Amino acid sequence: MTPLPADPSRPLLEVRGLRTVFHTLAGAYPAVDGVDLSIARGEVVGLVGESGSGKSVTGFSLMRLVDPPGEIVAGEVLFEGRDLLSLPESEMRAIRGDRIAMIFQDPLMTLNPVLTIGEQMIEAVTEHHGVGERAARARAVEALGQVGIASAAERLRQYPHEFSGGMRQRVAIATAMLNEPDLIIADEPTTALDVTIQGQILHEMQTLCEASGTALLWITHDLGVVAELADRICVMYSGRIVETGSADAVLDAPRHPYTAGLLGSVPSVNAPGTRLHQIDGAAPPLSARPTGCPFRTRCGNVLPVCAEIDPPLVGPVPGRGWRCHNPMPERDAA
Amino acid sequence: MTLFILRRAIQSVFVLLAVSIVVFFAVYAIGDPVELLVSPDTSAAEREVMIRRLGLDLPIWRQYLVFLGNLAQGDLGTSFVHGVPAVELILQRLPATLELVVLSLVIAVSIGLPLGMIAGLAPETRTARTIMTGSIFGYSLPAFWQGMMLIFVFAVFLNWAPAAGRGDTVSLLGIEVSFLTADGWSHLILPAINLALPNLALVLRLAASGTAEARLQDYVKYARAKGVRRGRIVRRHILRNILVPVVTVIGVEFGSLIAYSTITETVFAWPGMGKLLIDSVYQLDRPVVVAYVMIATFIFVSVNLLVDLAYAVLDPRVELEKGAS
Repeated sequence: MTPLPADPSRPLLEVRGLRTVFHTLAGAYPAVDGVDLSIARGEVVGLVGESGSGKSVTGFSLMRLVDPPGEIVAGEVLFEGRDLLSLPESEMRAIRGDRIAMIFQDPLMTLNPVLTIGEQMIEAVTEHHGVGERAARARAVEALGQVGIASAAERLRQYPHEFSGGMRQRVAIATAMLNEPDLIIADEPTTALDVTIQGQILHEMQTLCEASGTALLWITHDLGVVAELADRICVMYSGRIVETGSADAVLDAPRHPYTAGLLGSVPSVNAPGTRLHQIDGAAPPLSARPTGCPFRTRCGNVLPVCAEIDPPLVGPVPGRGWRCHNPMPERDAA
Repeated sequence: MTLFILRRAIQSVFVLLAVSIVVFFAVYAIGDPVELLVSPDTSAAEREVMIRRLGLDLPIWRQYLVFLGNLAQGDLGTSFVHGVPAVELILQRLPATLELVVLSLVIAVSIGLPLGMIAGLAPETRTARTIMTGSIFGYSLPAFWQGMMLIFVFAVFLNWAPAAGRGDTVSLLGIEVSFLTADGWSHLILPAINLALPNLALVLRLAASGTAEARLQDYVKYARAKGVRRGRIVRRHILRNILVPVVTVIGVEFGSLIAYSTITETVFAWPGMGKLLIDSVYQLDRPVVVAYVMIATFIFVSVNLLVDLAYAVLDPRVELEKGAS
C-alpha cells in the first residue's frame, strides 16, 4: 500500500459521527454515541472520561477492534483521507501496528506469556515489511534502547514474566514505535503502574513522539496526566464528547460542569490545602441514560430545559466547544 | 533440573513399592493358582513338590519378601504357566501395544486438536456445534461397543479391514512391528481408531475450551492491534497457550492406554500386553500379573516425569525446582 502524500491542511485522523453499540438481549446500547474528533500530524490529544464513558471503546473503534457483542454502526474514521470503517479487513490489518499503533492498559495481560519478547516484537515488523528476521531483530534492539531498556539483545530472548510491569509497558511502547507509525492510540497506558514509573513513561512517550513526529491519542481518566502531556483535550461523558478545546482553554476555563467537576477532583491541579471536590453519583449505565442531557442528574447547573433537549455542541471558535445549556461562567484563559 | 529428576526418581521408588504391596496381596486374595496348575489326578506328593517349587508353601509375607529380594536383583518372577521370566513375557508383547497406543494418540491429536481449535475459534457457528456434539459420542459410548461397531461396519459389512490379529510384521531393530507392512496397517487401523476415539474427544474438547478462552485474552487483541495475521495468531499465540493442558492429557493417557488397552486388545484379538494381562488373570498367573502392574506403574511414573519436563519447555513460567515440592 502506498501512503498518500501528507497534506498539512488535512488532519491526520478525522472522526465523524462515530457510533458503536453493544447488543444485549434488551436491545442495542450506544457506548460511543456520535463522536467527532480530529487529530493533526504530531499532535497530542487527550481523551478524558470516567470508567464507562466510552473512551476505550472509542479507541478500539478507531482500530476496528470492537468484538461482538459490540458493533460499529455509524460514522467515518478518515485516516489520511481514507475511511477506515469501509476498508476491507486485509487493508485494515496492514494499517494496524504499522500506521496506527496501540498501547493497552494492562501490560501484564497484553504480552503473550509463552512467547519471547523478541518474537512478539519481531512479528510486529515482519508482518508488515518484507524484511528478514535479522533486520527486524536489529530494529527491535534499537527500539528497546530508545525506551531505556539496557542489554536489549539479551532481553529479547526473555519472556514477559521476567520483566516488571513498568518494563513491560516500555516494551509495549517500543513495539508501538517499531514501524514509526503516524498515530499511537494509548489506552490508559500508565494506569496499572506506580506513580514514579508513570512519570517516567509519560516523559519517554512525549520525547519519542516529539522526535518522530508521531501523533498521540492518550486515553485516560486522569486529567492530571493530560495536563502534562496534551495539546488538546476532549472530555467524554456517556458516549459523547461534551467539551473540547486546547489543553490550556479546557483546563484553565472549563465551560462544561462535568469538566469543571473533574478538574475539582484532581489533587495536582488544585492548590494545596483546598478541599477536593467530587462529582455526585456515578455515570449512568448504558441502559438507563436520562432523557435530554445525560449529565443532568449529576449536574449542579441543571435547568428545566436540560431534561427536554440534548444540548448541541456550541463554541466560540472551531476546535473549542461544549455541550451545555447552562455552562460555567466564562473566565480568561491564563 | 538434575535435582528435580533425582528427587522424582526417589519418589517413584516409593510409589513402586506401595503399588507392589497392594497388587501382591490383592492377587494372593483372588484364588489359589495350584488348583488350576495341577491336574486333579496328580498325587499329593507331586502336588507338594509343585507347591514348594513355586514358593507357595511360604506364608504370604515371606513370599512378598522373596519377591522383593528378587526384585532388587531385577527379577520380577517366573510365569507359573509358561515357565519363562514374567518380564520377558511382557516385553515380548510391549511393541504390539506401543504401536497401537502411539498410533491412536497420533490420530487423537492430529484430528482432535485442529477440530477443537476450529470449534473454539467460532463457538457460535453451526460447524462448532456439530463438532462439539459429535465429540460427546466419542467419550460417552463404551469402548467395547465402539470396537464391535467398528468391526461390524468396517470389517464385516464393508470388508475394508480385517477384524482380528496383527497381520504381517517385519523386524525393525530386532522388534516385530506391523506399521511397516500394508497388511499390518490394515490390522492396526481399526483397533487404533477404537483406542483413539475417547482421547480424540477429550483432546478436542480441551482444545476447544482452551481456544475459546484464549481468543478473548488481551494478548490476542494486542496481537491483532499489531497487525499480526489471523493464521499466525492462531498458530503461535493461541496454540502455544493451549498446549499445556493438551500435553498433560496426552501424557496421562499414554500411560493409561498402555496399561488399559485391554478392552480394545480383547475385542480385536490384538496380541499386546493387555490381552496377556487378561489371560494371566484367568490363569491366576500371579507373577505375570504382578510384573505387569509393576511395569505399567513404571511407565506411568516415567511418562508423568516427561510431561512435567515438557511443561518447562512449553510454559516459560514453570519452575521445576519449586514445582517438585
